[in-house]
Amino acid sequence: MTTAVKANRVKQKMVVSRLLQALPILVLATFIVFSLMQLIPGDVAVTLAGENASAERIAQIREAYGLNQPFLAQYGDWLWRAAQGDLGASLLSGEPVAQTIARTFPNTLLIAFYAVLLSVLVGVPLGILAATRSGSPLDSGIMGAASLGVAVPNFWFGMILVLYLALTFKWFPATGFVSPREDFSAALWYATLPALALCTNGIAEIARQLRSSLVEIQSSQHVRTLHAKGLSPARILWKHGLKNVSVNLLTVVGLLFNKILAATVVVEAVFAIPGIGSSIVNAVLQGDFPVVQGAVLAMVVTVILVNLFTDLACTVLDPRISEA
Amino acid sequence: MNTSTVNDVAGAQVWDEPGLGRRVLNWLRGDPRAALSLVVLVVILGAALLAPWLAPHDPTAQNFDQMLNGPSAEHWLGTDDLGRDVFSRLMHGGANSLYAALLAVAVALVIGVPLGLIAGFVGGWTDTLISRVIDTFLSFPAIILAVAVTGAMGIGLTNAMFSVGLVFAPQIARLIRARTLVVRQELYVDAARCFGASPLRLLLRHVLPNAIQPVIVQSTLLLAVALLAEASLSFLGLGVQPPDVSWGAMIARGYMYMSIVPEQMYAPGLIIMITAVAFNALGESLRAALDPTIKGHS
Repeated sequence: MTTAVKANRVKQKMVVSRLLQALPILVLATFIVFSLMQLIPGDVAVTLAGENASAERIAQIREAYGLNQPFLAQYGDWLWRAAQGDLGASLLSGEPVAQTIARTFPNTLLIAFYAVLLSVLVGVPLGILAATRSGSPLDSGIMGAASLGVAVPNFWFGMILVLYLALTFKWFPATGFVSPREDFSAALWYATLPALALCTNGIAEIARQLRSSLVEIQSSQHVRTLHAKGLSPARILWKHGLKNVSVNLLTVVGLLFNKILAATVVVEAVFAIPGIGSSIVNAVLQGDFPVVQGAVLAMVVTVILVNLFTDLACTVLDPRISEA
Repeated sequence: MNTSTVNDVAGAQVWDEPGLGRRVLNWLRGDPRAALSLVVLVVILGAALLAPWLAPHDPTAQNFDQMLNGPSAEHWLGTDDLGRDVFSRLMHGGANSLYAALLAVAVALVIGVPLGLIAGFVGGWTDTLISRVIDTFLSFPAIILAVAVTGAMGIGLTNAMFSVGLVFAPQIARLIRARTLVVRQELYVDAARCFGASPLRLLLRHVLPNAIQPVIVQSTLLLAVALLAEASLSFLGLGVQPPDVSWGAMIARGYMYMSIVPEQMYAPGLIIMITAVAFNALGESLRAALDPTIKGHS
C-alpha cells in the first residue's frame, strides 16, 4: 500500500518536471521560427514590397509589419498575436495563415497517423517473428528487408506505388486528396498510397528495435529461469517480453511520428496532396514568409506535444516505476 | 599511476600497436559486410569523380532525335526527355549527390563537435543553455526545418545542404556532449590537468580523441540520411538547379515522364538506395569495431 502511494508520488513528480521541461523548449522553438525571417538576406521590407516599390511604400510596409521596432519587440509582438491564433496572412493570396493551417494540416495529420499505424501493425509482428526465430533464414530475411526499408527514398517508393497500384492496376487513385472533414472514408482511400510510401522506414525501425530488445530479454537470466520452470514460450514472450519492451516501443513510435511528419513534405508533392508540407514548400518557393513561419510553427508545436505525450505515457505505464 | 597514463600525458605512445593501415585491413578481413560496403562505396565514388573522363556521353548534350528512349547499346539506361544519356547523367549526378551528403555532414561536425565539447566540458549554465537549444532543434521535423532555412538563405544545392547540416548538428552535439561528460572524469584527463595542461590542450588532446568514436559512427549513418535529404530537397526543386544534375533531380525528371518511360526513375532511386544501404552497413560495422565494450581494451 505504502509502496503504491510512493510510486504515485514519484510519478506525479516526474510528470510535473516533464511538463516544466517542455515549456522552455516551446518558447525557444517559437524564437527559432521567428528568427528564420532574420536569415533572409537584405531588407525584409524591400522584399515584401516587391520589385520597383517606391521608398514610401517600403516605409509603409516597415510600419505595417513593425519592422522599424527592435528585434525582441517584434518577436514579443508576433508571439503575443500567435498565442491568440493570429499568424498573419499570406503575402500572395491574403488568406489568414491560421486558416491555411486549418485547411491543410488535417490532411497531413491523417497521412502521418495512417503511416504510423501501418508501421506498428506490420513492424511489431515482423519484429516478434524475427526475435522468436533469431538466427534463422527468416530472421535474416526480415532484417535484410529492414535495412532496405530504412534506405529507400520514400517519395521514390511512392512513385513506384503510383506506377503499379494506381496506373497499372488502378486499385487506388494516383494523385489528389479528399479532406477527411468532408468524407472520411474517401479520404482514407486517397491516403492509402501516401501512407504506404511513408511507412517503410517505420516498419523497418520498429521491427529492428523490437527484435533487438526481445532478443536481449530472452537471453537474460530471469527468462532462462522461467523456461526452466516450465512456462510456455508464448506466455514468456507475452508476459515477460512484450510487456517489458512496450514502453520502449512507445518511445520509438513517438520519434517515428516526428520523422514521418517531416517526410510528408516530399510525399505530398508526389501525390499532389494539399497538405501543410506542400504549403510550406510553395511558400518557400514564392517567398511567402508568414506562411512558412506559421506552418513550421504548427508542425513544431505538434511534435513537441506528441513528444510530451509519449514521455508522459511512458512514465505512467512504466512497470518499473509502479513496482518500485 | 601506470606508465601508459604518464606517456599519454607526454603525448607519446610507447606500446607497440599495429599501424592504422594494418588495423583497418585486419578489421575488413574479419568483417565481410564492412569490406563489401566499402568496395561498393569506392566504386560509386570513383564513378562519380571520374565521370568527366569515364562517362560515355556528355550529360548535357541534347539530342532531339532520341528523346525518352528505352535502354539500348548506345544508351545503356536510355535517354531522357531532352535526349540526354541517362547513364552519363547518373555518373555526373552522383558527384553532386555525394558532394551534397559530405557537405551536410561536414557542416554538422563543424557546428556540432565544438558545441558538444564545450557543453560537456564546461558544464554549469553553459551546458544547460546549449542542451536546451539542442533539445529544441531536435523537436523540429528535420526536413521541414531544412526546407524553411533553405527558403530563407536562398535556393540551391549548397544552401540546401548547409541547412541539412545545420539540422544534423544538434544530433552530433548531443552525442559528443554525452561522451565528454564521461571522458572528462577519466584518470588520464585528471593527470594531464595536474601536469598543467591548459583547458584547450586538455580538450583537443585528451577529451576530443576519446569522445569522437560515436561521432565517427553517427557521421557514417548520417551520410545515408543526408543523401536521402538531398534527393528530397532536389526533388522539391530546392536543391540542385538545372543544368546541374543530381540523383534526386533525376528522380523528379523521371517522375514527369513516368507513364511513358518508367525505367527512367528506377536507376537514380536504386543507386540512392544502394549507396544508403552501404553507408548504413559501414556505420553499423564501425559501431561494432569501435565499441569499447566489444573490443578488448588495447
